[in-house]
Amino acid sequence: MVKLPIYMDNHATTPLDPRVLDAMLPYLQERFGNAASRNHKFGWEAEQAVEGGRKEIAALIGADPREIVFTSGATESDNLAVKGAAWMYREKGDHIVTCVTEHKAILDTCKHLEKEGFRVTFLPVDNKGIVDLDDLRKAITDKTILISIMAANNEVGVIQDVKEIGKIARERGVLFHTDAVQAAGKIPFNVNEMNVDIASLSAHKIYGPKGVGALFVRRRNPRVLLTPIIDGGGHERGMRSGTLNVPGIVGFGKAARVARESLATESAEMFRLREKLRTTLERELDEVYINGHLEKRLPGNLNMSFAYVEGESLLMGINDVAVSSGSACTSASLEPSYVLKALGVGEDLAHTSIRFGIGRFNTEEEVDYVASRVIEVVRRLRELSPLYEMAKEGIDLKSVHWATEA
Amino acid sequence: MAYSDKVIDHYNNPRNVGALSKEDPNVGTGLVGAPECGDVMKLQIKVNEESGVIEDAKFKTFGCGSAIASSSLATEWVKGKTLAEALAIKNTDIVKELSLPPVKIHCSVLAEDAIKAAIHDWKKKNGHKG
Repeated sequence: MVKLPIYMDNHATTPLDPRVLDAMLPYLQERFGNAASRNHKFGWEAEQAVEGGRKEIAALIGADPREIVFTSGATESDNLAVKGAAWMYREKGDHIVTCVTEHKAILDTCKHLEKEGFRVTFLPVDNKGIVDLDDLRKAITDKTILISIMAANNEVGVIQDVKEIGKIARERGVLFHTDAVQAAGKIPFNVNEMNVDIASLSAHKIYGPKGVGALFVRRRNPRVLLTPIIDGGGHERGMRSGTLNVPGIVGFGKAARVARESLATESAEMFRLREKLRTTLERELDEVYINGHLEKRLPGNLNMSFAYVEGESLLMGINDVAVSSGSACTSASLEPSYVLKALGVGEDLAHTSIRFGIGRFNTEEEVDYVASRVIEVVRRLRELSPLYEMAKEGIDLKSVHWATEA
Repeated sequence: MAYSDKVIDHYNNPRNVGALSKEDPNVGTGLVGAPECGDVMKLQIKVNEESGVIEDAKFKTFGCGSAIASSSLATEWVKGKTLAEALAIKNTDIVKELSLPPVKIHCSVLAEDAIKAAIHDWKKKNGHKG
């Protein structure tokens, strides 16, 4: 019998891998030193542990350990990358290019910079979620100082052509930052092969602890400098002050090592499970739609709209399964997902979307259970749905004049 | 979001799900909301010609659990009531009964609108004004 509840929301966060916890424990107990203490064993031990973690994280993305700056998480990494580069290179230019489906940590940071006088181009995506490289080329001007485009999207799992974007950025002499939070550890990601200059990473998306992230900042060809966003003791090459989260970094390092060593087999297995989930749902239910590119997609991601069934009510029906929805009702803003909107998914279908995030610890048995629950609840709610009834009667829902104010 | 027990009960065991014939002159149909807003309710009433009492009610709802519960409750409440009594049902009564949080108050408003729209439709069909 499958153990409930089932966690299948691995884009939001991932469970801590027991191997990671084991590595961290000594640093939460007897090895509590401050990595900046230079005069005693406690400090040396902590510093050594931090450097070990740094090495593993660098190895995961093909970087030099000296290029890794630790932060409190990916939101801070994104802020430091974009604000840090904008402020550092302001003399050179005032233009940033990003994309509409970026995480809020990028979008809101860019909006903040607009208020400071920077100009930001928010590139659109096509209906599969992909940025058009010609749009990108055209957007770059001699005032462009930074391109920030994510490697893989957190909602629809769509993977951008990072290598080509890196090539374009390099050719035009523009720095390239990518939010690689969902990509690193899940798909091959190498900062040198891809000409990435700055990359945001997060521990808790790769089975590490929350509260620790990293920023890859290229040291040569080109050497990237960032203006810090936090003032203080000048830790992390002056780019990020603050006492290092030693146990977090140790855990992050262990998580990166496990991810690197198991990436090939793990991504193949997640892909197999995801495809089983997708094909089962598509076989058993009519009018289901995949949101985002099917092939250029993270192996564990499935974002699907179940027409005529509102997302939150579907979540309520599968309450022993943890997934998330792009429905307005589940968001604080009461707006449906801006990512789905950017893909041109109509608001009617955005309300019916569910994001499944399959991870390392999901089993085939769990996937089968989730599929059967979703099928059962979608069928039940469609019997309850006036829209399904109307569609079956042949009424074109788009032609109905909806009385929103009755 | 945590749901109240009553919302969960209506969601799991919705009352009066289904459809009444729109062709029946004694049936009034209210369709409110819009798919783009994430809520559509269809509420139907069957009115007894002689007594003017709502003798049956059915609903179908596209929406969150609170929307389903609000419309399910609305059908329960209108049954056995005269049109005047049904018109007196306020969304705040539904909010109270289901313990809806502020963010879900629009679900109760929609249910009240659905009752009114169904009654309006019946009146129109039966030559009443307004």
